[in-house]
Amino acid sequence: MFDERKLQEISKERQRWETAKVPSWIERHPERKNEFSTLSGISVKRLYTPEDVKHLDYMKDLGFPSEYPFTRGLHATMYRGRLWTMRQFSGFGTAEQTNQRFKYLLKEGETGLSIAFDYPTITGYDSDHPMAVGEVGQCGVAVSSLKDMETLFDGIPLDKVSTSMTINGPAAMLLAMYVAISDKQGVPREKLDGTTQNDNLKEFFAQKLCIFPPKPSLKLSTDLIEYCARHLPSWNPISISGYHIREAGSNAVQELAFTLADGIAYVESTLERGLKVDEFAPRLSFFFASHNDFFEEIAKFRAARRLWAKIMKERFNAQNPRSLWMRMHVQTSGCTLTAQQPVNNIIRVAFQSLAAVLGGTQSLHTNSFDEALALPCEDAVRVALRTQQIIAYESGVTDTIDPLGGSYYVEYLTNEMEERAMRYIDRIDAMGGVASAIEKGFFQKEIADSAYRYQKEIERKQKTLVGVNDYTVEKDWVPCKLLRVHPKVEEEQLGRLRKMRKERDKWKVKEALDKLHAEADKDRNLMPTIIEAVKAYVTIGEITDVLRSVFGEYRELIVV
Amino acid sequence: MTATRKIRVLIAKPGLDSHDRGAKIVARALRDAGMEIIYTGLRQTPEQIAETTLQEDVDVIGLSILSGAHTTLFPKIMKLLKEKGMDDVLVFAGGIIPQEDVPALKKIGIKEVFGPGTPTTVLIEFVQENIKKRR
Repeated sequence: MFDERKLQEISKERQRWETAKVPSWIERHPERKNEFSTLSGISVKRLYTPEDVKHLDYMKDLGFPSEYPFTRGLHATMYRGRLWTMRQFSGFGTAEQTNQRFKYLLKEGETGLSIAFDYPTITGYDSDHPMAVGEVGQCGVAVSSLKDMETLFDGIPLDKVSTSMTINGPAAMLLAMYVAISDKQGVPREKLDGTTQNDNLKEFFAQKLCIFPPKPSLKLSTDLIEYCARHLPSWNPISISGYHIREAGSNAVQELAFTLADGIAYVESTLERGLKVDEFAPRLSFFFASHNDFFEEIAKFRAARRLWAKIMKERFNAQNPRSLWMRMHVQTSGCTLTAQQPVNNIIRVAFQSLAAVLGGTQSLHTNSFDEALALPCEDAVRVALRTQQIIAYESGVTDTIDPLGGSYYVEYLTNEMEERAMRYIDRIDAMGGVASAIEKGFFQKEIADSAYRYQKEIERKQKTLVGVNDYTVEKDWVPCKLLRVHPKVEEEQLGRLRKMRKERDKWKVKEALDKLHAEADKDRNLMPTIIEAVKAYVTIGEITDVLRSVFGEYRELIVV
Repeated sequence: MTATRKIRVLIAKPGLDSHDRGAKIVARALRDAGMEIIYTGLRQTPEQIAETTLQEDVDVIGLSILSGAHTTLFPKIMKLLKEKGMDDVLVFAGGIIPQEDVPALKKIGIKEVFGPGTPTTVLIEFVQENIKKRR
């Protein structure tokens, strides 16, 4: 991007500045640390100049928004046209309570729904299973059957919203319920807009809500990708997730690398079904965290888009430009929230969401300031949503595309993120791909090591956490009443489930389960059968039990 | 008990909660401080935790939970420990546990509840001092 003579001049001048100006200044005002580095351990220099990006080729490495390699953004006008989707992950207690929370958020200006299910639901147990005791409605909304899902979407027309569901093992079941509701509402299936997380691979080393062993888990993820490619053209069948990898303790480079490695595995698995890459790749979507290191996060999002476009083009020979798109949802990083002085979290979330916007995200969740203490109360959720609205409407950062493009530092970091992630992906390939790396405990070890290192750095005060290891106070101020899920929720839910079981057609249930068993045995795509089953009010637990009997259950590989 | 025996600690994850970052960090930190660590892995029932406590003959149990199910699961675990005659085991807990729940948890025998942001050095000291008192 720079001509050779100019670069030589800059280099000469930089050396002059470094000897003439810097040392004498440092003598009087020592720098705060001997070494500076990003959270991923990339060392950070005092100053970045054209020398650091001298090989940058504008057309090859950056290009124009909506054009390969998409570094500057997916769309031609980005936020000047349409803002990102403001999508707050929410769910607690009963389906009625969460339905009310959804309506509250929509009224306050949220533009997409995102469902948090409780632990029993995500692990494939009905609310009345012994493993569910004490967990019903605690960490999300309890959904055991279509009945609960109907309540959850009461008064919400499915052709007017897009809905994201954090659901993996039972993803097909929840999507089936969503389809069943749309059929009832008379909404054509091709209009259904939303996302099922359905990223079962990262469950084995990040979110750890696995139900089945790796092979059938990948089969179930692939079933959904295949089914949606053929029948639900506007649905994102998978959200390939780095968020949980990061929350489990990885750094930004690992998050980027492991997520894209998972993406490669899903593409390969779907190709094996006989689909062509351009038939399903446009609907693959991604999910990342936005952590504290502002510029590194921005670089990560930009590098992610560029690297995925290259992988799809060069490795999988995709032809449709949309197959090269990495559409992403971002959530501010939950693990950065502090229980100490919780109001400070508002500031953290603001910076993290600004990084996501400057990184060009399509969708954003902002955490609430009280979430290191409890599920968020209404006031806290509103502040979180307002943070997005302030960035969108007041800050001015949305008026031009990729405003940090061309920053020597950001471009340097974007290159570093890409190169370092690619090195990991090569290593994973050499191990035989994601599945074998999981079996070897590779990801688990990498993540645990990073998490421990991060913790140690905080404890040695190599990193300052405001309010935690410095600037502490005796008594914290929490400006809202923390949300508690009442123990009666479990009782109510069990009552509803009992009633539903009594009222449904038992023969239809039996028939659906027998059919499911047969189809699972034959290794067919299970989505059509699961839709029939949920319409007969077969529960998530009942469907999962059949699949457990066919596929077996995962036993955790413990890596400390 | 001989003076040379290392402190044996069980780090346990009761319930369906899958957040194990904290539990693993605590396990490593106590191990680095010279203790012997047994980590249960995820999704342990109260019965499994009590059984492992007995089988492994541990001095300390660290319970980690972030799902909100502590109000149901912790009393069950403490009751089972008592029934099996293991109420001399030092029990501490950590995770997302509201302050207002702490008095009730201490009443059933949980010695201390540690919230987010607790340095591992505090945990190490806590375990060492309490075990010293008991030995």
